[in-house]
Amino acid sequence: MASGSSQSAYYVPEQTKFPFFASIGLVLTVFGLGNVLNDIAAGNSVTTSTWIAIIGFLILSTILFNWFATVIRENHAGMNSDQLKRSYVWGMMWFIFSEVMFFAAFFGALFYVRQLSLPWLGGEGAKGIAGDVLWPEFQAAWPLLANPDSSVFANPHEGLNVKEWSVSFMSGYLPFWNTVILITSSVTLHYAHVALKAENRARLIQWMVVTVALGLIFLVLQVLEYREAYGHYGITLNSGIYGSTFFLLTGFHGFHVTLGTFMLIVMLLRCMKGHFKPDDHFGFEAAAWYWHFVDVVWVGLFIFVYCL
Amino acid sequence: MSAAHDHHHGPAKGLSRWLYTTNHKDIGSLYLWFSFAMFLLGGTFALVIRAELFQPGLQFVEPNFFNQMTTMHGLVMVFGAVMPAFVGLANWMIPLMIGAPDMALPRMNNWSFWILPFAFALMVSTMFMEGGGPNFGWTFYAPLSTTYAPPSTTFFIFAVHIMGASSIMGSINVIATILNMRAPGMTLMKMPLFVWTWLITAYLLIAVMPVLAGVVTMMLFDIHFGTSFFNAAGGGDPVLFQHLFWFFGHPEVYIMILPAFGVVSAIIPTFARKRLFGYDSMVYATASIAFLSFIVWAHHMFTVGMPLAGQLFFMYATMLIAVPTGVKVFNWVATMFRGAMTFETPMLFAIAFVVLFTMGGFTGVMLAITPVDFQYHDTYFVVAHFHYVLVPGAVFSIMAATYYWLPKWTGYMYDETLGKLHFWLSFIGVNLLFFPQHFLGLAGMPRRIPDYALQFANFNWISSVGGFLFGFSQLILLFVVIKCVKGGKKATDQVWEGAQGLEWTVPSPAPYHTFETPPDPKLIHAQ
Repeated sequence: MASGSSQSAYYVPEQTKFPFFASIGLVLTVFGLGNVLNDIAAGNSVTTSTWIAIIGFLILSTILFNWFATVIRENHAGMNSDQLKRSYVWGMMWFIFSEVMFFAAFFGALFYVRQLSLPWLGGEGAKGIAGDVLWPEFQAAWPLLANPDSSVFANPHEGLNVKEWSVSFMSGYLPFWNTVILITSSVTLHYAHVALKAENRARLIQWMVVTVALGLIFLVLQVLEYREAYGHYGITLNSGIYGSTFFLLTGFHGFHVTLGTFMLIVMLLRCMKGHFKPDDHFGFEAAAWYWHFVDVVWVGLFIFVYCL
Repeated sequence: MSAAHDHHHGPAKGLSRWLYTTNHKDIGSLYLWFSFAMFLLGGTFALVIRAELFQPGLQFVEPNFFNQMTTMHGLVMVFGAVMPAFVGLANWMIPLMIGAPDMALPRMNNWSFWILPFAFALMVSTMFMEGGGPNFGWTFYAPLSTTYAPPSTTFFIFAVHIMGASSIMGSINVIATILNMRAPGMTLMKMPLFVWTWLITAYLLIAVMPVLAGVVTMMLFDIHFGTSFFNAAGGGDPVLFQHLFWFFGHPEVYIMILPAFGVVSAIIPTFARKRLFGYDSMVYATASIAFLSFIVWAHHMFTVGMPLAGQLFFMYATMLIAVPTGVKVFNWVATMFRGAMTFETPMLFAIAFVVLFTMGGFTGVMLAITPVDFQYHDTYFVVAHFHYVLVPGAVFSIMAATYYWLPKWTGYMYDETLGKLHFWLSFIGVNLLFFPQHFLGLAGMPRRIPDYALQFANFNWISSVGGFLFGFSQLILLFVVIKCVKGGKKATDQVWEGAQGLEWTVPSPAPYHTFETPPDPKLIHAQ
């Protein structure tokens, strides 16, 4: 086993075929997706482009699976020095920082629209003159239920209080319960981590199962909420800036929850296979950090998208 | 796997060496060659522009194609030429400078690179698609890039996504390398400035590339999913695009110049045979510039209208950048002051950098003044400004770095006569090319227009002549590099008499693997 933190033991892998073919998979995926979107816009058949995207994605995911498997195998073989493990730690921390900035762009857009551009469009403030000229009738409001030009972007259904949505089909305020679920899942994940460090494998697996289940329940509730938004409230991607910001923020968050849940499922399976030691389980910790990050983003969403 | 087995593998044979390599030097070379190819491609686009603008009237290209040329020139040069060149230099030099065996995450390093050729193939291929390629300028303002965009914009968006992924992975690697792989004794404040500037650059990249990904994602949704982020009819705002874009875009321009500061801070002390003046203040100035880069973005969009308080804030914050930048220029000049200077090609490029970049900086201060910017906005004055900081700024520093470290990379000295010829032709060419554009802009010639009024004719043909001179001079660089790779006078390990730093303690050419055991801490000096 490569020992300690001596620099000479830093494991520099020999040649690798993963990245080159992963690049091919990646570019095929986006090329296929781009063609799907353009085919839909042009009214063409999407069969070929869908297949390109699927094949690309299969290549990409197969390679990533093997890539991760190789890294895990190397670690089990004792090839990773402490220093290399620190590289992974730094890598994951900065990756999460990049994700924070990705969401910052969407939150920034939300704040800008709500605080600045929408009031201007409604005729208030420094640039209010533009609103007076463009759509003199338009009134700024949030949630925006009457768009400046409803012939281009259809208004959400009238007569509903969006602030209380999701109440209609279940008792209580759904976003609140989703907040409770996600925060609870962070706590249960923490207990799983404690169990891992205490070498209590059975309890580790129990808490992981609970965490994954909470993640899945969250996703199901999100899907129900989206159905409610589309069907009941008429809040859609096409219904103006409220729907746009709502779906982009919650949608990308939901996508991250999906990815996080997937990571946790992988970690659960690895726990069941007997992976991870009390002092060596960075894969687990990375997934856990990611999950806590997703949780924090949700708290931001709950405050700024739902409550305020 | 035993450590011994690890240590003694050299480069693989044939093409697979380059496709599958995990070696920081190989990957650095790949980045640099890719960057040079993109430099020639983007340069060709620029020459199409300069050929069309040689005289008034429409000569060679349709206006729509002209717009595609301005767009692709900017995108290819920014994302394909300048950024990958600096990543290539980082790959080659950071492990050598900090005494590390390789980059921290070698496989991901390969992925960061190999995404790029595919991303650019996708982006350049848009020019052959129905409706033509992106024609809305490299800043791709909505609604030009959404409501009125050609269908190929979808592929442009995805290309930006994956090259952003490449940049983020590359930056994570640089940060992990610098924070985790330094040899014992290499404290942060002993790191060469090139390492420092790259640490801060990588931080900027990780902070703003996701914002770019976010804004192109919003474009994608506006185009294909009916959202109204940039459409006021649905309550959105086209200006929102500009805010988000420039929140990325302003740090982005510092991403392209901070490593250049690092390069110049390495070269000037070597050829002045003095220690760098004010090392600590250089580090703090770099960090200050990086911080300020986040709070000045709206100076790119004064004319779009914003509340007075906003205009004042962004004006003063922008002018504040002149302070740390001035510290740097002062330090470079002070380093040369009473030095035993010689003027080999890298030094010539470095001195030209200091002078011409500073000129670009001064025009930047002019543009920062809000009421004055109302006059200059979208004129050739802006074009002259940012080309002065990017071409004799960033690009000259990359050339300086190439000449400076080429003997260490190849083991041979480059042809000094040809190097000097390359420098002087580039220097004259670049000034002929961009200096008259100041006057064109002040006289009111708008940018990104294929035709112009007669009174602009003289300065335009001078500019075009300079453009072709500068462009074709770059073939000399290609020739010098190929000649140097093939052979020449053997380089010593030290290469340059006054050079300091760990990279000069390893043989020339640098062996395939270096610092597998950490260097002797006695070799690590304060800067």
